[in-house]
Amino acid sequence: MEIRSMHFVSRVRQRLDDTELQRNLQRTRGRNAAARLASLSSLDDFDAVRARATDIRASVLRDLDVWLERFEAEATRRGATVLWARDGDEACRLVIDIARRHDVKTVVKAKSMVSEEAGLNAALEAAGIRPVETDLGEYILQINDNEPPSHIIMPVIHKSKEQVSELFARVHGTAAKTDIVELTREAREKLRPEFLGAEMGISGGNFLIAETGSVAIVTNEGNGRMCTTMPRVHVALTGIEKVIPTLDDLATLLRILPRSATGQAISNYVSLLTGPKHEGDADGPEHMYFVLVDGGRADLIGGDFEAMLRCIRCGACMNHCPVYQTIGGHSYGWVYPGPMGSVLTPLYQGLEKAKDLPQAATLCNQCGVVCPVSIPLPDLMRKLRQKQVEAGLRPWSERLSMRLWAWVAQRPALYARGVRLAVRYLRWLADGRDRIQAMGVAPGWTAERDFPAPAVQSFRDQYAARQRRAGR
Amino acid sequence: MSKPPHGSCGEVGLFVTCLVDLMRPSIAFAALKLIEAAGYTPVVPDTQTCCGQPGHNAGDARSARALAQRLIAEFERFPCIVAPSGSCAGMIRTHYPHLFDDDDAWRIRAEALAAKTFELTQFLADVAGVTEVPGDFAGTVAYHDSCAGLRELGVKRQPRALLDRMPGVEQRPLSECEECCGFGGLFSVKYPDISGAIAQRKCDNIRASGAGTVALGDLGCMMNIEGRLRRIGDEGTQVIHIAELLAGRLDPD
Repeated sequence: MEIRSMHFVSRVRQRLDDTELQRNLQRTRGRNAAARLASLSSLDDFDAVRARATDIRASVLRDLDVWLERFEAEATRRGATVLWARDGDEACRLVIDIARRHDVKTVVKAKSMVSEEAGLNAALEAAGIRPVETDLGEYILQINDNEPPSHIIMPVIHKSKEQVSELFARVHGTAAKTDIVELTREAREKLRPEFLGAEMGISGGNFLIAETGSVAIVTNEGNGRMCTTMPRVHVALTGIEKVIPTLDDLATLLRILPRSATGQAISNYVSLLTGPKHEGDADGPEHMYFVLVDGGRADLIGGDFEAMLRCIRCGACMNHCPVYQTIGGHSYGWVYPGPMGSVLTPLYQGLEKAKDLPQAATLCNQCGVVCPVSIPLPDLMRKLRQKQVEAGLRPWSERLSMRLWAWVAQRPALYARGVRLAVRYLRWLADGRDRIQAMGVAPGWTAERDFPAPAVQSFRDQYAARQRRAGR
Repeated sequence: MSKPPHGSCGEVGLFVTCLVDLMRPSIAFAALKLIEAAGYTPVVPDTQTCCGQPGHNAGDARSARALAQRLIAEFERFPCIVAPSGSCAGMIRTHYPHLFDDDDAWRIRAEALAAKTFELTQFLADVAGVTEVPGDFAGTVAYHDSCAGLRELGVKRQPRALLDRMPGVEQRPLSECEECCGFGGLFSVKYPDISGAIAQRKCDNIRASGAGTVALGDLGCMMNIEGRLRRIGDEGTQVIHIAELLAGRLDPD
């Protein structure tokens, strides 16, 4: 997917001005957070499960190569083919090769964010292969001129029922429906023949289980199961960091993933797919492939940002983020929005292409607190800010003012004079009133709110005077 | 529990914070009064400046470390350090040790300081075990939990428990009280439209609470919330620091 994060500021403005989007964001705001909280009560010890989940993900990253080799050996032993892609482009080429080898015209797709990273749909279309998104949200976006998702698990959360109704009527040529059940039935009727006719299914993968060579897929609509069992060929496309050692580890992670994501104790479907159809199996694909993508992941191993690879894509960070919930996912300009996206996007796409993302955060740490694998997201954003400074990507005025501030703050006498000057300046701006409504040094502040006039004297001056009077 | 004799509990280093020093000295005077009333002797090192958080959050690690070293040297002699700010206390308590991950000598000093640094209400409720507060405020109060105090220090129950000690205060629940107000330090100036939109939601919740006063523990958030309320024409809702509310009238020496 082409990155647009460099236009963050203007994209944000557009979305703040979009009253319909704002209404949609308000309506869903807090819903998932509340559901998550309610679902945690059915875990006897959330902190313990979280610590265990964190440990599973952290320890696998320490020996990622070993676990991937184990996964490859086990998957191959069970008849699947494991292919490795250095980046999204290579992943697209590999998928297209597979499609051509098996004479595929139509592909049904379950949700895969890695396929968004790779821009797979566009690549398939260019190769004359028709991709059909079957996750309801992804389907809605695809028929709306390939609109990108705005959330990693609820891709169409930015749209209202009315907008979907209007879209269906226009694209399907049907009478507009207002009932969600009817709308869903309409999509189902459109998708049913695609499931039956497609030669290949592509899924993502929530986890790769090394000891069995399986892929685990967590879904709510059942489309994932159709995509992976009905067509002749199944390709599981996911990132190399998704591997975990054992089925036991999967059990732990499944206790925490749906709860963190949608507040479900368990999702409607959990599929564990191991190799192609074997003799005597009732269903399953004839051929099974894994396309495992690096796409910048391996570079993070052993570095400052390794913790980010623990991410299990639950979306809790964005569901709890005041910024995400105010500006919506599209503002971020690439595949991954919210706090996890603000860390991943600069790492995968280049610091200079996503300069705003690590900055556009209040560091309130709601994300860090709810993350099921304890990723310290605000700390990682701070580290990215540090990398930006080191790479000379921050405005010189900002770097200079930070240095100057620190230089003065190390010299108390000079600092005290500076404070006195600042008090006089601010009081001059206030001009006898209790507030300042326009301030040249920080126009951003007064664009949105008043700035108070300071007291006549700073604390240090008042206190020193008081101490003198008291003869101390 | 009877009130301890004046100053008998030992010295407390008060870190005023740069923003309180510059903008609202009454918060620091209120903190002094509260610490004294709790039986401690507050001491204000006169060379103190800034904890280094602006640099830390702006990715200027060198500045942050330099200012942290200054503050550590200034305050480590006290048995206890208190700041009327969850954000600055959080900087010292949770971030200082990590500034020196590759410098053992300083990390040990940073950790020692971190362990004895407290946000004001945390100090009053948990360390001093205060059961009486001098303030005599009367009215309806909603408490907003500032992010760093809440999530870095666990300040939640302490300010509310202290407010409970004031017979004139009627606490009102505040919807989304744990949500960020949109301040975020320089974020508020760099991304004013996002910050303003988040602040607006906070103001809507405050107004819906029906409380005449909103109290909180961080001046940055206070300025953000008060500034937004005034900008949208709300002159009535009072925004007050928890220290000012708990301390009540400050004597002009």
